[in-house]
Amino acid sequence: MAEEYNYTLGGQRYRFKGLAELMAKATPARSGDRLAGVIAASAEERVVAQMALAELPLKTFLEDLLIPYEADEITRLIVDTHDAEAFAPIAHLTVGDFRNWLLSDLATPEVLAGVRAGITPEMAAAVSKIMRNQDLILVARKCRVSTAFRNTIGLPGRLSTRLQPNHPTDDVTGIAASILDGLLYGNGDAVIGINPATDNVAQSVKLMRLMDEVIRKYTIPTQSCVLTHVTNTLEAIEQGAPVDLVFQSIGGTEATNSSFGFNLNVLAEARDAAVSLKRGTVGSNVMYFETGQGSSLSADAHHGLDQQTCEARAYAVARHFDPLLVNTVVGFIGPEYLFDGKEIIRAGLEDHFCGKLLGVPMGCDICYTNHAEADQNDMDNLLTLLGVAGCNFIMGIPGSDDIMLNYQTTSFHDALYARRVLGLGPAPEFERWLAEMAIFDDVANHRLNDRLPDSFARSLANLPAGADHDG
Amino acid sequence: MTDNLPSNGVTDNPWRRLREFTDARIGLGRAGISLPTDRLLEFQLAHARAQDAVHLPLDVERLCHDLAELTNDAPPCLVHSRAADRMTYLQRPDWGRRLDEASRERLSHGEDMPQAPFDLAIVIVDGLSSLAVQQNAVPFLRELTDALEDDSQFDWNLAPLTVVEQGRVAIGDEIGELLNARAVLVMIGERPGLSSPDSLGLYLTWAPKVGLTDAYRNCISNVRPAGLAYPEASRRLLYLLRESRQKQLSGVQLKDRTQDDVIDHQGDGIRNFLIS
Repeated sequence: MAEEYNYTLGGQRYRFKGLAELMAKATPARSGDRLAGVIAASAEERVVAQMALAELPLKTFLEDLLIPYEADEITRLIVDTHDAEAFAPIAHLTVGDFRNWLLSDLATPEVLAGVRAGITPEMAAAVSKIMRNQDLILVARKCRVSTAFRNTIGLPGRLSTRLQPNHPTDDVTGIAASILDGLLYGNGDAVIGINPATDNVAQSVKLMRLMDEVIRKYTIPTQSCVLTHVTNTLEAIEQGAPVDLVFQSIGGTEATNSSFGFNLNVLAEARDAAVSLKRGTVGSNVMYFETGQGSSLSADAHHGLDQQTCEARAYAVARHFDPLLVNTVVGFIGPEYLFDGKEIIRAGLEDHFCGKLLGVPMGCDICYTNHAEADQNDMDNLLTLLGVAGCNFIMGIPGSDDIMLNYQTTSFHDALYARRVLGLGPAPEFERWLAEMAIFDDVANHRLNDRLPDSFARSLANLPAGADHDG
Repeated sequence: MTDNLPSNGVTDNPWRRLREFTDARIGLGRAGISLPTDRLLEFQLAHARAQDAVHLPLDVERLCHDLAELTNDAPPCLVHSRAADRMTYLQRPDWGRRLDEASRERLSHGEDMPQAPFDLAIVIVDGLSSLAVQQNAVPFLRELTDALEDDSQFDWNLAPLTVVEQGRVAIGDEIGELLNARAVLVMIGERPGLSSPDSLGLYLTWAPKVGLTDAYRNCISNVRPAGLAYPEASRRLLYLLRESRQKQLSGVQLKDRTQDDVIDHQGDGIRNFLIS
């Protein structure tokens, strides 16, 4: 049964009915926790909850389970895969000590990689709640998580992009046009990934073939993905479709994932199927997951937890399947979960930190919808902050405008901005390709070629001016 | 093709002509690696329109006047959700789904409220785009009421029109239930896209009552002159209305068969120019 947690400040005694309530009330304010009714009643109560949380031993999270072991397969995954040996160096710490330790010079990248398997999502979420934005950036930058398929993502000094050529009717020419635009702006090393307009197997296979042909013709060191349901991708593999990565949206509770129509066994089956295709050339990370704070509340599957703790639990699911890419789609869900630019930026930094601390190859869809109190300036801020924090990848889309999903994310131009001001490069294999194809004059100094590269000029010439693409 | 950097600092993209094939913002050109000024301001304008669509209040007086003129009837019944203002509305979708007490009272005990069971209640809701409602509700309704009057299959006894401020889709279920209607049609401003700030959504529920989920609704989206045109939207809606009434259900069990032929328009004859 849930234990009570108390804290006395200046003669006043504060009571928190259980660890879930303590965690929720210690969370920096956001609209989704208000909507769920779990938010602190006052600014002071929030800080008191943070003080109480800081005194809690990390071991507490191994004993006082936020969602019961019997009730939730993700709790079982977290408990059953916890590595006590890896945990040993930090087992004596409280949450407050843990923050100090993470910031200290003791916690080198090597040491942090060593304790990873001993850190649970709840420990990561707890410590993030008492960290400032600069703490989240500084520690995340020390947590290196690198993965590989046809290129290597997440090396220090690198920032990759998913080229997202969505089209509202999956029109082949429209999609190809956006792919061309992205490649010529040096984007697409994390993945070329399409959200299909129609979610069925036949449509997905058609898009997989389209991308496979482009990747082979131009020998692009990258991978493709159609962001369709995991069961659709499994079926596509059975049909012999060229599947590089298996996509799935995931949440941090079993009930959330049931509402998405899958469980851990399905993910395991899909991963095995994709690995067996042996399509990777430099690595075999075959999964691509997307997450986002608020999905559990939205599915009425949050068990009274705050949305950031639910989100961190999703990373336990992710890391179990050795993904190539995981990204938090941080501003997509709308203002009832993250109200404005300030809340979106905070959530993006928290998610990136928690993911990296747990060993997840974290990227971020830095985005907003038109009913959120956010704009391009907020996105510029988060992009710059995440670039500094060592984020593995971001989205790249023509002019920030997703004409299929109706939201705004980072553009091809934005990625080049971040690379230039922060001195970051794309994945090394992709960087060499950009130079060979003469897309850049000077890749190291981020100077694009002012001329259209020959191979692409030839392709454009295939398209008669004024051609009717439906005819 | 651009050979040299022109003196204005902007490098154009020769593949911009591919805009013919997509509304995506491709071939924008660049100043260094950044957006050229004109492209930047185009984007800012589109975003400003989308934000205005969310935040500018519906001009209820004008809408009610136009509706009364259209129906040759009493002005529509004006009601309000439990979300007092836009800021509250954006953060509390649960309040936007329910009527406030005064509105409930008015719909349950209105003296001039006809009490007969109705075949359909039409509910106009501001939703996330007042612009969509302001521009599309009246002309679409004109198309629809003509179609209902001409329907040879069923007579349609319509409940009094209602207009809702600060409402979400599900508020139509409460209104339909209070009005004793067998079905409810919600016309609502959809979440504005950058290039589509004016999309109207249509939602149909059979046997509306408080607490139904999306699984019980059918949706027709993107109704606007540059999207799904009024006559086509009306045709598809009439199909759903008839099917719903005949089968006495709505939602996932009611399929829109008028659309089966649409998505697979790119046959094998279409080549991807990147690989041909």
